[in-house]
Order: sequence, then structure tokens, then C-alpha cells
Amino acid sequence: MASVWRYILAGLGLAALLVGILAAIYLMSPQSASGPDLSRSKKTMNGLFVASFEPERGVVRQGELQSWLLTLKTAAGAPVEGAAIAVSGGMPQHDHGLPTSPQATDYLGDGRYRIDGVKFTMSGWWQLHFGISAAAGSDSVVFNIVL
Amino acid sequence: MSRFAVVAGLFALTALAFLGGCGKPQFSDAEKKTIASLALNTLPSLKPDTTNQYADLPAAAALGSTLFFDGGMSRDGNVSCSTCHKIGRQFQDDLPQAVGVARTNRRTMPLAGVARNAWFFWDGRRDSLWAQALTPLENPLEQAGNRAAFAHYIKKRFGERYERIFGPLPDLSTVPANASPLGTDAEKAAWNAMPAGQQEDVNRVYANIGKAIAAFERSIEPGQTRFDRFAIDLATGAKPEGDAAFSPEEILGLKLFIGKASCVTCHNGPRFTDNSFHNTGVPPVDGLPLDRGRVDAVAQVEADPFNCLGAFRDGDESACKELRFMVKDGPQIMRAYKTPSLRGAADRPPYMHAGQFATLDEVVAHYSKAPLAIEGVSEVHPLDLSERERAALVAFLKTLSD
Repeated sequence: MASVWRYILAGLGLAALLVGILAAIYLMSPQSASGPDLSRSKKTMNGLFVASFEPERGVVRQGELQSWLLTLKTAAGAPVEGAAIAVSGGMPQHDHGLPTSPQATDYLGDGRYRIDGVKFTMSGWWQLHFGISAAAGSDSVVFNIVL
Repeated sequence: MSRFAVVAGLFALTALAFLGGCGKPQFSDAEKKTIASLALNTLPSLKPDTTNQYADLPAAAALGSTLFFDGGMSRDGNVSCSTCHKIGRQFQDDLPQAVGVARTNRRTMPLAGVARNAWFFWDGRRDSLWAQALTPLENPLEQAGNRAAFAHYIKKRFGERYERIFGPLPDLSTVPANASPLGTDAEKAAWNAMPAGQQEDVNRVYANIGKAIAAFERSIEPGQTRFDRFAIDLATGAKPEGDAAFSPEEILGLKLFIGKASCVTCHNGPRFTDNSFHNTGVPPVDGLPLDRGRVDAVAQVEADPFNCLGAFRDGDESACKELRFMVKDGPQIMRAYKTPSLRGAADRPPYMHAGQFATLDEVVAHYSKAPLAIEGVSEVHPLDLSERERAALVAFLKTLSD
């Protein structure tokens, strides 16, 4: 009988030790790096264009209306001119859309379009979807922005 | 063997306890960063309002202050801005729905930091502080006046002060005593009979009344609270002393606020607001007119002749981006209301856009339960907070008032 208790106690002790070690590893490990693709330059969904999306002034400020630049090149690297761009987006984890309605307001040459009226009102994972129609055809791209 | 096992077990449990609790710092680096972002010392200085060239003119603010407290700025001579925006009560009135000439359908908003808003009223139906100030003046339930009468009143009572700020008053000798495009049928008829130039003259005086009141309201700013003293000490690594020290309950509440309860998602930044509109499933009040919030305000702000794109804006159109890029449709603006600042909230029940909740406990219980919206979709998801957690959140909110 005593030996059974001995085994149970030993088992409990080892289990506790194991939990302790796991807890230590969990607590000491850096935050997981996996998450949405945060690249600011990528191929559009069907590979028609290469799109880049950057804040016009270089920094993203939460809660401020900002303009961004969407740069469109063909797969061969030529600037895409005369594109019609539809902007939408939101926060996938909160089931809500953007707090503003950003629009492509200016063509700045060299495939660069100003997307004005962009505002991120909270921290977290945001998505901006662009529907792009140009001479080469229509395609779309999604950029993830995490604040 | 058995002793070894017991010792090993005890050792492991002690190590676990140490790692899981006692040895852990009170706040993680991420939490500290969030807490710092809420502190009042991160509030930037107030930006100039280019749409109101008188916004920072002391004489305009002084006239605005006079008008703000002047009961003469109403149909019955008894209602001023300060009737609902009471100076000793955070510029609000403690009522579920404001009462001017009659009872309105909305809760009076406090004014601390109001000049920092992009949108005004609970539904954002005005896009500048000066355009906002004009709206209650003609609302039949609030000050119930009309713009022609206000122009005459300004000339009679404050003509000299007005002209020193805004230049010569127009000739009002042929302007009817009472006329407005928004007034009674008689006032509307009188307004429509006025030549366009005269309407414009009266609108200009009216806009300037709003600009003076806005200049005054720009001086109303939030003050430092216990939370701010705590946050500054936390950021600098100083040990909070005296009332800057938080109780364990307040610390739990703060952790929930920025963590599990996700309050900080919308109540962010040093004003605890994202300046945006959300449907959070707050129920309507029986007996009040249909109120769908932001979705109905969009057309109102677009139609307002005093909006940023209208003829009475000073400066250039680059100041009008909020209006230009506003969300005009979509399910997310149905029954959406502005995120209110939480600074001072504990001292000004009742809560929500029509005073639906009498206490902070009711507010927190609402967000914990997250009932479905009666129309549109609530963005809030159930939190199932325990009684202890709900009480902790309320305790934390009180630190924004002390």
C-alpha cells in the first residue's frame, strides 16, 4: 500500500516540476512572431501588379488622418498609370470596417497614387483592401497593418 | 524515496508559484506602454482651428464666454449653453436627457477637451466646435431661438464688442425680427422672403456667434487625476506615493481595462476616446423618438451650411478631411454613437447617449453581458466578468475622477 502512495507522490512531484519548467519556458519566451503578413510591398492576388503601400510621411500615427502612397508596377516593373482604385478595409478581429472612407485622390506619377483619409483609431490588426483596375486588367491586394 | 518525492514536489510547486506570481513584475512592458499612452502628459497641445480664425483670439473667447452664460441667447430669455453645460458640473447637467426649453432626447456631453473632437454631439452631426455651438441655439427643445433674432440681439447688446472682433455688423434694419430656415413656419416664411444677400449677412453674424463661443470652449481642458499621477510614476519607475498609489483592486481594474475587458480598444489615448462611432448594443429609451445615431447624422452634417465645406469656414479646404473622408453608409454606423471620454465619468452619472444607465456598475455589467443591438450589430462581445472583476473596473474608473 505504501509503495502506491510513494509512486503517486513521485508522480505528482514530477508533474509539478514539469508544469513549473513549462511555465518558465512560456513566461520567458519572447512573444510569438507569427501573425499576419506585414510586408509593405507584394504581388497582387492574381499577380498582375506589384503593389507597395507606405505612409506618405513615413510614420503611422494612431488616431490621425494620414495620407499613404500606393505604388503600382507591372510584374515587369513598369509604372501602372490611369488605374481606378477602390479602397476598403477594417479590423478582421473586431468585425468592423474602417473609421473613415479613404480614397485615391491624386496620381503623383511613376505609378504612385495618394490614398488620403486613412485613419487607424485603435491599436491592433488592420487590413486595407485595394481593388485595382488598369489597362492590364483588374486585380486586388490586401495589406495588413498592426499598430 | 517518498521524502525525496515530497521535497521535489514542494520545490516544483514553490518554483511554479514564484514564476507565476510573486516574482512577476506588476505590469508587463506592453501594459506599461499602454498605460503611458493613456496618461494626460501625452495629450498634445491643442492644434489651431484654421476653420475659425478667431479661435485663439482672447477678445473672441471673452465674448464667447459672455454668450455661453447669457440666458438672453434663447427664445424665452432663460436658457443659455450653461443651462445644460453647468460650469461646476464638468459642463454637464446630471440628467438622463438634457432639458432646455423642453426635454431633449440626448444626454448632455461634458466639455473638457471638447475642442479636440473631430465630430460633435453623440452622433457627430456637426464637424466643428463653432458649427456645434449654433445648433442648440435654434433647436426648439434647447434654446429655441432663430438666427435673425440672435443677430438683432447681438447688435443691441454686444454690437461694439462684436465689431471689435469681427468687423462692422451688416445693416439689419430690414431684417425681420424672427426668421430662420429651421424655425417655425412663420420664421421659415420670413427667412424665405429675405434677399439672398441678407440671408448671407445674417448667417455670417450667426457663424461668428458660434466662432466666439468655440473660442471660449477651447479653454476647457481635462485636469490631472490620480490615474495620471500613478501612470507617470509607473513610467519613470518611481514608487507611487500617497494618493498616486493604487489599491490592489484598482490595479486589477486597470489590468482588465487594458487587457481582458478590452475597454482600451475604443477608450484609448490620453482622452480615453478614439473619437469614433460604435454600436455597443446600448438599448433605446422608451418614449423617446427613434434614434439611430451616426447613420442619420451623416446627412445632417452634409446638409449643414456651417460645415467645413460651406461658405463660412475660414482657411482652406485642407482642414475638411474628416468630412470629406467620413464613412457615409454601411452597417457599422447603424445605432453607432461617439466613444465618450472617461475622464471624470465616475462623477457624472447617468451614462450613455440618453442616460440609459444610472451607475458605472450598470455600464460595466452591460459591457460584460454584451446584449445584441436592437438594430445594427453591436461590436461588443460578452466578457463574462466576475463580480470582483466588474467592481475592480469601476474602482479603476474612479481613479479618472479623483
